[in-house]
Amino acid sequence: MFDILLRIQRTGSLSKTRPHAMKSATPDTLQAKLHKTYGRALCIRHVDAGSCNGCELEIQALGNPYYNLEGTGIHFVASPRHADLLLVTGPVSVNMEEALRRTYDAMPTPKWVIAVGDCAACGGIFGSSYASRGAVDNIIPVDVVVNGCPPSPTALLQAIVEVTASAPRSERA
Amino acid sequence: MSMDTLEHVAFRLPSNVTVSRVALDAEGWRRAADSMQQAGAGLLTLWGSDDRDRDGHFRIHAAYLARQRLWVIDHAMPTGTTVYPSLATLFPVADRLQRAVRDLLGMHADGGDGRPWLRHGGWPESVFPLRRDVDPAQAHAIESSAYPFVRVSGDGVHEIPVGPVHAGTIEPGHFRFSLVGEKVLRLEPRLGYTHKGVAKRFESMRLHDGHRLAARVCGDSTVAFGWAYCSALESMTATVVPPRAVTLRALALELERVANHLGDLGALGNDAGLAFGLTQFSALKERLLRRHAEAFGQRYLFDLVIPGGVSVDPQALALDALAAELASIERDVRELRTLYTDHAGLQDRLQGTGCVGQAQARALGALGLVARACGLEHDLRADMPWPPYDQLTPIVAACADGDVAARVKVRFAEALESLRLCRQWLGDMPTGEVCIELSETGPGQLGIGLIEGWRGPVMVALESGINGGIRRCHVHDPSWQNWLLLEWAVLNNIVADFPLINKSFNLSYSGHDG
Ligand code: SF4
Repeated sequence: MFDILLRIQRTGSLSKTRPHAMKSATPDTLQAKLHKTYGRALCIRHVDAGSCNGCELEIQALGNPYYNLEGTGIHFVASPRHADLLLVTGPVSVNMEEALRRTYDAMPTPKWVIAVGDCAACGGIFGSSYASRGAVDNIIPVDVVVNGCPPSPTALLQAIVEVTASAPRSERA
Repeated sequence: MSMDTLEHVAFRLPSNVTVSRVALDAEGWRRAADSMQQAGAGLLTLWGSDDRDRDGHFRIHAAYLARQRLWVIDHAMPTGTTVYPSLATLFPVADRLQRAVRDLLGMHADGGDGRPWLRHGGWPESVFPLRRDVDPAQAHAIESSAYPFVRVSGDGVHEIPVGPVHAGTIEPGHFRFSLVGEKVLRLEPRLGYTHKGVAKRFESMRLHDGHRLAARVCGDSTVAFGWAYCSALESMTATVVPPRAVTLRALALELERVANHLGDLGALGNDAGLAFGLTQFSALKERLLRRHAEAFGQRYLFDLVIPGGVSVDPQALALDALAAELASIERDVRELRTLYTDHAGLQDRLQGTGCVGQAQARALGALGLVARACGLEHDLRADMPWPPYDQLTPIVAACADGDVAARVKVRFAEALESLRLCRQWLGDMPTGEVCIELSETGPGQLGIGLIEGWRGPVMVALESGINGGIRRCHVHDPSWQNWLLLEWAVLNNIVADFPLINKSFNLSYSGHDG
């Protein structure tokens, strides 16, 4: 136990070295923004609609001590019923189409959707075929697209800040 | 068809390892399978091809992994027929592979499970999308129907359905647990959710571009798949990759292994209630990824391996910084290993959990790190070393216990061994070109790439088409085999330990679904 405490002390706070994009949106400003819109923290749900797992790795990286997403009051939640924001990765495989729709429908409104990665943006290298419906926007309304294969955690953070500044498409509809 | 007879009639296929190919009739196919099993070779993969345009036949191909060689057995079904002898009684993994072949090509094994596997209702039962006369752009309306899971009956037996969308940031799949109380009696997965038609997509690509798709079959193993694809193509065109590129590829493969092990070791600590582990290991992984970006311009090394070499020639300064980071990560990993090993509460959760015995692992065809954690010391890098592993061969990590703790131990050992290899290569990096031009190849050539990725053997079978196109490309991820092990490992465990057991395997969905 003592060794663990020592190691924690030596590691210190790594999120101080947060990348540039995050500095412009410090936890305080981000939280103030969210507070204005939601009056509480932002809850995110992720759905892999057919990705290669590369994009998942970068979403997971948001939780590491360098990006420390949870420290800004942004949480990943286990159920779409608790989520404000949906991150969708991958081209939408036909086998995931129904699950994606149902996840989206289960979220309370207003809700935002971010298409994460080139595949979610346009179908990427997989395109559209008997097995793939291509872009996420072909299936559910998308608010913001983050390009990249996979997009960096910094690009993901920027998109999260950006999307929360706009009225969701689900409301406009 | 004894092994000796097979030797006699076999001819060599272009590959980075030793591959022998034999074409047999149905009886020979069946007997070859028997001989393989008796000789201790495992079925690595199975794929079909529609050659009706060429000679009127459908063909089925099996790849068997022997200790120092890969065997490829071909069987052309008589004209007008689509049936071949099932391998499912000899090799358990054959069952799902055969179901996948049927869903995509309409070729039928004469036994085994009749349920669809990759087809979930996204295309009609009468359409076989991988046949040559089926338009790749043709889409269909979904007609889903209930999947008949195997029911376990008895007093107090109940089911828990999970997925395809899971609680965390992970890939989709469905798990059907049958339980009594908390105890798992059966786990039946349903996979295929991320099937996105990779094999069909290959057929509309050029040979010299296909590596980009191969690199995206399974994103956490992008170097392994990219290298396997390029090996198949390069051996087919008799291309000799420059030494600097060879070393950089191996460096990348080991870095990929280290990055994945770091990620999983952290997640395993977390799933066992030690959040400290996740914080520490995810920070180490991030440090490594940042150095990747500095040296190679890519955090996950996507598209680093290209036909003829590598796409980036890293600066000496970036490689020095990488070497220094790796030395520091190595110190941290050693320290954390001691903390994990000495932590009684953690070990209590890991030891004896999700156990698979060695005999069972062998019978189910276990591969890669999961097999090594059951005491089966197979590692392509040592068993059939291709350059540069023929010059610098890793010490194979193994542990016979077969539980979650064993898989943690093997991950620690492999991460540290990879760091040692990286240190050697970084200290003695060849100079010169990093990429050379490939010569053209005619149609109808088959090349095999076989690489030990971080999960285990990754295979690409690539056949050239006309005008520099791809006629057929089959990729195989070791998760096909290891899903069977996972289903076995959870039996008699409590369902609450499933996340921990699952994470200790960390199998690929995308690599499996294709
Ligand atoms: S964008 Fe790239 S990393 Fe993300 S799912 Fe697609 S291929 Fe994988």
